[in-house]
Amino acid sequence: MELLGIFDATLTGSLLRFATPILLAALGGLICERAGVFNIGLEGLMLAGAFGAVVGSYFGGSALAGVAAAVLSGVALAALLALFAVRLRGNEIVVGIAINLLASGLTVYLLRSIFGVKGAFQDPALVGLSTLRLPGIDGLPLLGPLLSGHTSVVYVALLLTVGVQVLLFRHVIGLRLRGVGEHAEAAMTLGVDVGRLRTAAILVSGALCGLAGAQLSLGNVTLFVENMSAGRGWIAVVAVMFGRAHPLGVFAACLLFGLTESLGFRLQGLQLPSQLTESLPYVVTLASLFVFRSRTSRG
Amino acid sequence: MSQHPPTAAFELQGITKRFGEVVANDAVDLSVDAGEIHGLIGENGAGKTTLMGVLYGIHRPDAGEIRVAGRRRRFDSPLDAIHAGLGMVHQHFMLFDSLTVAENVVFGAEPERYGLVDRAVAAKRVAELAERYGLEVETGALVGGLPVGVQQRVEILKALYRQAAVLVLDEPTAVLTPGEQEGLFRVLRSLAAEGTAIVFISHKLPEVLTLCDRTTVLRQGRVTGTVVTAQSSAEELSRLMVGRTVSAPKIEPHEPGETVLKIESLVVSGRGPDPAVDRVDLAVKAREIVGIAGVAGNGQSELAAAIAGLERPRSGRIRLGSAELTSLSVRERRAAGLACVPEDRDGTGLATAASVAENALMGFEGRPELAPRGVLDSAAIDRRAGDLVDQLRIRTAGVRAAAADLSGGNRQKLVVGRELAHDARLLLVEQPTRGVDLAAIELIHRALLDYSSGGGAVLLISAELGELLTLADRILVMLGGRIVGELARESATEERLGLLMAGGG
Ligand SMILES: Nc1ncnc2c1ncn2[C@@H]1O[C@H](COP(=O)(O)OP(=O)(O)O)[C@@H](O)[C@H]1O
Ligand SMILES: [Mg+2]
Repeated sequence: MELLGIFDATLTGSLLRFATPILLAALGGLICERAGVFNIGLEGLMLAGAFGAVVGSYFGGSALAGVAAAVLSGVALAALLALFAVRLRGNEIVVGIAINLLASGLTVYLLRSIFGVKGAFQDPALVGLSTLRLPGIDGLPLLGPLLSGHTSVVYVALLLTVGVQVLLFRHVIGLRLRGVGEHAEAAMTLGVDVGRLRTAAILVSGALCGLAGAQLSLGNVTLFVENMSAGRGWIAVVAVMFGRAHPLGVFAACLLFGLTESLGFRLQGLQLPSQLTESLPYVVTLASLFVFRSRTSRG
Repeated sequence: MSQHPPTAAFELQGITKRFGEVVANDAVDLSVDAGEIHGLIGENGAGKTTLMGVLYGIHRPDAGEIRVAGRRRRFDSPLDAIHAGLGMVHQHFMLFDSLTVAENVVFGAEPERYGLVDRAVAAKRVAELAERYGLEVETGALVGGLPVGVQQRVEILKALYRQAAVLVLDEPTAVLTPGEQEGLFRVLRSLAAEGTAIVFISHKLPEVLTLCDRTTVLRQGRVTGTVVTAQSSAEELSRLMVGRTVSAPKIEPHEPGETVLKIESLVVSGRGPDPAVDRVDLAVKAREIVGIAGVAGNGQSELAAAIAGLERPRSGRIRLGSAELTSLSVRERRAAGLACVPEDRDGTGLATAASVAENALMGFEGRPELAPRGVLDSAAIDRRAGDLVDQLRIRTAGVRAAAADLSGGNRQKLVVGRELAHDARLLLVEQPTRGVDLAAIELIHRALLDYSSGGGAVLLISAELGELLTLADRILVMLGGRIVGELARESATEERLGLLMAGGG
C-alpha cells in the first residue's frame, strides 16, 4: 500500500519536469552521435545554459531573455568545442572534458564577479519560466499532473523529439548527417562537407543543452547553484547510448531517468535520508550501463 | 586502335606521384577513349590504385597533366572529378551499410520536396537506371545486408546516377563469384556500347583478355606497355607485368617423416544446431603439405580456428607431436611448435597501424637477442625486419613504415615471412595468396615448399584449386564440416576435386 502510494500526483507531476533537461541534452548528444561526434561536453554545455539563463533573466527582466541567453551561452561554448574537436581535429573526448571543466570553473568565477556571491544566487528580480495549464487535460486525474502545468520548455522538448526524428529520417540534412557518421570518407567522396555538418551538429547540441540549462535554473527552480547540472549531462550521454541514438529510444531512456529522479524526490518526502534518495538516478544509470553493455557484447 | 573513335574520354600525361621514398607512379601516360574498356593491370603495389586516385582527385600528382574530354583539369577533391564526369568504384566499397540502396545512390544529390528526401522519386530514378543497364537491385533494401556482388552494382549505380562518362573499377572481380562476374561483364559491355569509357583494374589475366579492348601494364609505377588485347596473350601480359616469364615450381619427389599433427574425431560447434566441423580425422607428417579444399563455409575456417586455439572444440583431440593442444592456450600452442598464417590478413595477421618492424617482431618479442632484459632493442629489431624484407622482397618505404601502407601482396608476404621465421614444426596456412599478385604468389609458394622440404609439416587451407594442386602432397575435401574425400597428388585434378566439393563422387 505504502509503496503504491508514492505513485501520486507529486510523482507524476515531477516526471516530465525532471526528464526534460536530460532529454534536451540527450537530443543534442544524439545528433552529434549520428554525425560521428561523441559529445561528452553535454554536462558543461548544460551548466553554461543554466548560468546564462539566470544572467539573461536578471538583466533582461524576463524569462524569455533568460532562455535566449541560455541558448546563446550553450552555442558559444559549443562553438569552442567544435573549433577544437572538428576544425583543429583535437581528440573529442579530451576537448569534451576540457569543456566540462571550463564550464564548471567559469560559471563559479562569473557568479562571483557578476553577482558577487558564492555557492548560489537567488534574487527576487529573477523571473522564472511560467507554467502552462493545458485546457481539457488539466483536470484529469494522473494525466492532468503528468502533462499539464509545465513550463513551455518542457513542451518544446517534446516537440523537438518529434522534430529530431523527422530531421534524421526524412530530411536531406538528416540523411547526410547519418551518412557522415557512418562512413565519413564515403560521404566526402560524394561531395558532402563532413566538417561543416559536424560543426552544425555540435552547435545544435549547444543550443539544446542551453535550453536544458534554462529549464534547470528557471523552470525546476529559480536560482543558480554552482555545478547545478549535477551529472545530468553525463546521464544524457548514457541515455544516448541506451536509446541507441534513436530519438524514441532516447526519449524512453530519459523518461526512465526522469522517473528515478522524481522517485528520489518523492521518497525524500517519506523521510528517507536524502543521500540515499538523491543517489537513485546514478545507481540506475550504472545499472543501465551494465545492461547496455551485456546486451551489445552479446549482439 | 582503328576500331575506336579518336576521342579520348580522358588522358593522363607524365603523371608522377611519390609517397615518401616510394615512387608509386613514374611518368605514366594513359589515354582511354569513349566507348572503350581499357584494362589496367599490374602486380600489387604497381601503382594502379594510386594512378586512379590521381585521376579522381584523391591524390595530387607531383608532376603531369590530366585532360578530360580534351580540357586540361586540376582536381582538388573527388567532388571536382565527379563534376567533370568521372565515376569510381573503389576497391573497398564506399557505401553506407545502414542506408537503403536508393539512399546510397542519391546521397549528396537527393531529390527533395520541402527539404525532405523524396523517397518515391529517388526509388523511381534508381529503379529506372538499374533497369536501363541491367543492374538488378532492390531499391528499398538495406545495403549492409546485401551480397558483395549487389553492393558493387550499387556502387556502379552511384556513378551512373551522377552521369559519369568515365567509370573506373578498381579490382572489381576480386570479391565476386563466377556468376556475379559474368553479370558484371555484361553490364560493362553495355555501358561501353553506350559510350562510357571504362577503366578495368585487375591482376587476373584471363578476365582482362576476355573483357578489355586495350590494356595498359604497370610495373613498379612505370608503364611497360599498352597493347590491343586481341593481339596479345597471357604470356605477353605476364611478361610485361613481372618482367620475366613465371613458371610453376618444381616438386622433388620426397618421403614424408614422422606424424606431426594428428586430429581425431574433432567436433566444433557452428552458428546453427549442426556442428561446423563434424568428426574430422586427419594427420600431417613432417616434410608433407596436406591441402584442404572446399567451397567457403564448409568448416575450413572453424577447423583452422580450433587448431590455432581461437575456437574451443566441442569434442575430439588435436595432438601436435606429444602435446595435446585442446587444453592449451594460444601461447602454449605456439611454444609446442605451431605457427599460423591466418585467413584474415589485416584483422588477425597484422596490426596494420603498427610498423613493418613491429609486425615482424610480434611473437618474437620475448627473444633475448631482440629484447635483452625485457627492453626492446630497436636497432636489432629493425635489422631483423630488414632481413625479412630483403628475403621476401617486400616493397615498402622502410621497416618503420606502417603495415597499412603496404600493398596487399606485400602485407601477405610479411605475415608469411614472420610465421616461417618461427621454424615451427607445424605451419597452419589459410588462403596464403588471396588477392596477391603473380610474383608474390610464386615467392610464397616457393617459401612453403622450402619449408616443407626442410622438415616442416604444412596444413594448407585454400580456395584456389590450382594452388592446392601445385603445392599439396595430399588434398582432403571438406563438405558440410566433414572430410568427404582424399586425393593423392598423382590422382588429383580440378575436375575430381570440383566433383567432391559439390558433393558428387
Ligand atoms: N597513402 C599512401 N601512403 C604511402 N604509400 C602508399 C600510399 N598509397 C600507396 N602507397 C604505395 O604506393 C605503391 C603503389 O600502391 P598502389 O597504387 O596501391 O598499387 P596497386 O593498386 O597497383 O596494388 C605501393 O608501394 C604502396 O605501398
Ligand atoms: Mg590497388
